Amino acid sequence: MTAAAAAPAAQPARRRHASGARQRRWALYGSYAARGVFVVMFLVPPFYMLVTSLKSSGEISAQHGSPWLVHHPTLENFIYLVTYAPFRRYFLNTVWVTVCVVAVSMVISVLAAFALARIRFWGSSALATGVFLTYLIPESLLFIPLFQILGGLGLINSTWCLVLIYPTLAVPFCTWIMIGYFASIPKELDEAALIDGASWMQLLLRIFIPVAMPGIIAATIFAFTVSWVDFLYPLAYLYTSDQMVLNVGIIGDLVRGDVFEWGKIMAAALMAAAPPVVIYVFLMDYYVAGRPAGATKW
Amino acid sequence: MAQAGSIPIAETVGVRAPSSRGRLHDVMRRRSMVGFVMALPLIALIAGLVVYPAVYAIYLSLLNKPMTRFVGWHNFVFLLNRATFQMVVFQSVLFAVSAVVAKAFIGFVLAHLMHAIPSRRQRFYRGLLLIPWVIPLALSTLGWWWLFDPTYSALNWLLNQFGLPSVSWLGEPGWARFCMILVNTWWGEPFFMIMYLAALKSVPEQLFEAAAIDGATGLQKLRYITLPMMRNVISLTVLFSLIVTFANFDIVRILTNGGPLNTTHIFATYAFQVGIQSGNIPLGAAVSLFMLPVLAIAAVFVLRGVTPRSQEAM
Repeated sequence: MTAAAAAPAAQPARRRHASGARQRRWALYGSYAARGVFVVMFLVPPFYMLVTSLKSSGEISAQHGSPWLVHHPTLENFIYLVTYAPFRRYFLNTVWVTVCVVAVSMVISVLAAFALARIRFWGSSALATGVFLTYLIPESLLFIPLFQILGGLGLINSTWCLVLIYPTLAVPFCTWIMIGYFASIPKELDEAALIDGASWMQLLLRIFIPVAMPGIIAATIFAFTVSWVDFLYPLAYLYTSDQMVLNVGIIGDLVRGDVFEWGKIMAAALMAAAPPVVIYVFLMDYYVAGRPAGATKW
Repeated sequence: MAQAGSIPIAETVGVRAPSSRGRLHDVMRRRSMVGFVMALPLIALIAGLVVYPAVYAIYLSLLNKPMTRFVGWHNFVFLLNRATFQMVVFQSVLFAVSAVVAKAFIGFVLAHLMHAIPSRRQRFYRGLLLIPWVIPLALSTLGWWWLFDPTYSALNWLLNQFGLPSVSWLGEPGWARFCMILVNTWWGEPFFMIMYLAALKSVPEQLFEAAAIDGATGLQKLRYITLPMMRNVISLTVLFSLIVTFANFDIVRILTNGGPLNTTHIFATYAFQVGIQSGNIPLGAAVSLFMLPVLAIAAVFVLRGVTPRSQEAM
């Protein structure tokens, strides 16, 4: 009875195995196709931005033929922007703010992460939790009181205000990443260094920073991204074009009355988006580790 | 200072370390002092530019428009009774919930699609699929805005090619809401995909093999193995994204700026309009503070999910 039951059971199992292989192959093709569809859908807006940026204003407003194709490609939008003084000003302002923010944020967060991960002091674990909570505070919660505070400091309409407040967005997560990296360094290493007479500062500079370099790079990329992509703070706090940064400047400057210079807007947006995209292309793994998804690490 | 100070200490420890317990205590106290000093810039930053503004926001929200006297809860009551604000609450919840659900679902599907292919090629596809997340949101939203343009919309051109009528994407409340959710889903979905893919890779293969031997169907494997193993990551990702989406500003500000007729405002854009553009700082602060309960609840749950692992790491 049991043998009779077992024999037919073995038969379909083998057949199922053969069809399983075919099924798996089809599943593989299917998933490639589905992924292809998703990739196309995801790339539509950047592609269309690129197409538009290569058209002249005349071609955009003429509206014949497919808007998805370029009939007479031209670089005039890019050339216009490169030679357009305010745009260069926005670019330089953005670079300057970003460099300052990255430097300030990295110094603060590496020191703090080292203290929180290794030295410890009274209240350090509460502070670590507080840092994480701070990271969860969105910028749109506090921009109105900050407007008043910055006004009191006389920093409204000055790039300095961004240098002052962007670290509040960058430092918590940078610290959090660095705590993770520092904590993974074996304790024997710093004990050995301390016995050899190294100071805490030497320990940090000579051992922790070199060993945790991937974390440093990821945190730097995060700080860079925060200050490069932000839109709310500059929109709220800056208004003259000599202090403006890219994201806000592009919209404010190229929309003149009801005339939208779409070719130029798209070219400007692409140029402004280039630095993060270039970093992403060359340092993809660090980039991913340095964005919130890096949270999977812990 | 540290360099000069540390060497003698090391010497004394080496020469007569076992001599006194008091000295060890001193060293420990010194140690925690060094740690505190190193963390001081961080503490100053959080105290000065996060905690203080938060308290100040509450204070501001209790003032009248010219900020001359206390009006208590008046701003909050005023807002709650206002139809525009009720619309803002509705719209924010609709926006956040539907965008997060869409992102979670698409991210889950994509993570599974990615998991199915050999990991050598995953890198290439992952590289392409993450692009929406890499372009600064304000700039890619500009691209979307142009796609939705009333006269030149390239999406309408596609619809017309298939014989469908043009859609007034941003001119009609229903479509405008759809567009906002679409853009947010497009932008935020890679985050879900990466998180889920990492979680999927950490599910032990033996579990699936054992289930296959027991004759489990694909759906059963999903229901009884994949989902339970990913539960933590799914809930963390959803909560985290809920915070970010709920507080989003860029998309609505650029696409519609609240229009048509204030039907698409969410908290952040409405606070901006009231507080910065119309200059009613207390009322704007009150609008922002309405986000606080939702954010706080989500943050508490995120913290509960994250802290144990971080403590372990420390």
